Amino acid sequence: MIVFDKITKVYPDGEVALNEVTVTIEPKEFVSIVGHSGAGKTTFLKMLLAEEKPTSGDVFFESISVHKLKKHEIHHFRRKVGTVFQDFRLLPNKTVYENVAFAMEVAGRHDDEIALDVPHVLELVNLSKKALSFPRELSGGEKQRVAIARAIVNQPDIIIADEPTGNLDPINTHEIIQILKKINDLGTTVILTTHNKGVIDSLGKRVISMDSGKIVRDDPTGRYVL
Amino acid sequence: MFWTNTKRVLVSGFQNFFRNGFVTLSSILIMTITLFIICSLILLGGFFNYSLNQIKEKVDINVYFVTNADESNILTVQKSLEALPEVDSITYVSRDQALNDFKDKHKGDELTLQALDELGDNPLGASLNIKAKDPSQYAGIAEFLKGNTLLSKNGTSIIDKVNYAQNKVVIDKFTNIVGSANALGITLAIIFVLISIIITLNTIRLTIFMAKDEIAVMRLVGASSKYIKGPFIVSGILCGIISAIIIILSFAVVTFWINNSYSLYFSGFNIFDYYISNFVWIFFAIFGLAIALGAVASYLAAHRYLRE
Repeated sequence: MIVFDKITKVYPDGEVALNEVTVTIEPKEFVSIVGHSGAGKTTFLKMLLAEEKPTSGDVFFESISVHKLKKHEIHHFRRKVGTVFQDFRLLPNKTVYENVAFAMEVAGRHDDEIALDVPHVLELVNLSKKALSFPRELSGGEKQRVAIARAIVNQPDIIIADEPTGNLDPINTHEIIQILKKINDLGTTVILTTHNKGVIDSLGKRVISMDSGKIVRDDPTGRYVL
Repeated sequence: MFWTNTKRVLVSGFQNFFRNGFVTLSSILIMTITLFIICSLILLGGFFNYSLNQIKEKVDINVYFVTNADESNILTVQKSLEALPEVDSITYVSRDQALNDFKDKHKGDELTLQALDELGDNPLGASLNIKAKDPSQYAGIAEFLKGNTLLSKNGTSIIDKVNYAQNKVVIDKFTNIVGSANALGITLAIIFVLISIIITLNTIRLTIFMAKDEIAVMRLVGASSKYIKGPFIVSGILCGIISAIIIILSFAVVTFWINNSYSLYFSGFNIFDYYISNFVWIFFAIFGLAIALGAVASYLAAHRYLRE
């Protein structure tokens, strides 16, 4: 379970990115977060990833207070969270296989486990034939599928997808959303931020709407309403 | 797990090195220039020392003895001088030797030789030619000679004159020049080495700055700081090793070529021989510095972006 308890984030220039946000996300949920640019969606995710510290409030993952983790504990926590971004964030000098294997290596997995799991995950996202390609040789949709493969290979508890379809055409968007749904069906919590109304409406899952750093709607089977 | 992680860091470092073609090349280029400057300074230092020694060789003082001084007394003076730690070498020139040298020197000068013959007896005294280990030590040796109490048969000092007083100005000037040339050389060398090291550090920092986003991704995926820094340090060390190999080999070729083509300009200094005879320490100095530079620069740069 993830709990945001009265999280406020004020940047040094006085901008209030999050304003007393309180929300609970249950295990195995698929939650979409929608809102205009600057509504606070990305800051919300950064709080969960411990990339930024809140000005006040706490974020709990299970019983752990995320922002009270020591520096050397943070990378252990991040291994429980898979991340997918709009700009893919792949390692440019590693092949598709190596990008996915990297996530397993840093988690301290053995070589034989890596040799077994990586091809399996690549098959799941339909990229087995591109295993030896570098990110620059892939299309946008393929890059995003590599990012998903990397995010799920350690079987994390949560997948955070920050506008994963922002740079993709409708066909690739559909594919990526189907993969995320499949991951959620297998029992992983998925938190998705997006501007894509069609995606939200087709999902029929919980939608949290944000505006000016506050949660303005929280519908259990919502639609894209702003 | 330690060995597995070490292996992974090494493999990743080698991959970065070979796959980051342009970045690797620019790091190698800058490190090679730095090592070139350092290696050149080492050879210049060798040449400088050689030249100074050549000049030092030419500086000496002579003790002239009266003509009736006993040879045994002169040899006693020589022995007591040899016991001084400042003295490098002493050459004894006997009266007969001095006469022969004089005659050789004035071979074509009939008038002088005739005058010498008319004198009948050998008018030249024996002398000691003294070379100090360092030009600044001549004053001490001259002082020592002043205190010499050995007397000739007629009760006067056996030492006729010491030419230190005449040479003093030149010797003092030379001592000063050697001192300031050494200080200037060392200061310039330190400045050059520092500048080139700073440039190398900055270049490597810039190349890692280009990987800033990559570092951020690695952190997000859950990599520990050590696991992120490791491959950068390995790549930095590899760049250092390649640069050191380039410099060590090219200096062997270049010094050989210079020695064969431009030896006249070096007034007897064999630059290739110097390089070969000092090869072991130059090799370790260049490799050690290159590896340390690559590793430290990469560590500092990666550390900085990890802290942000």
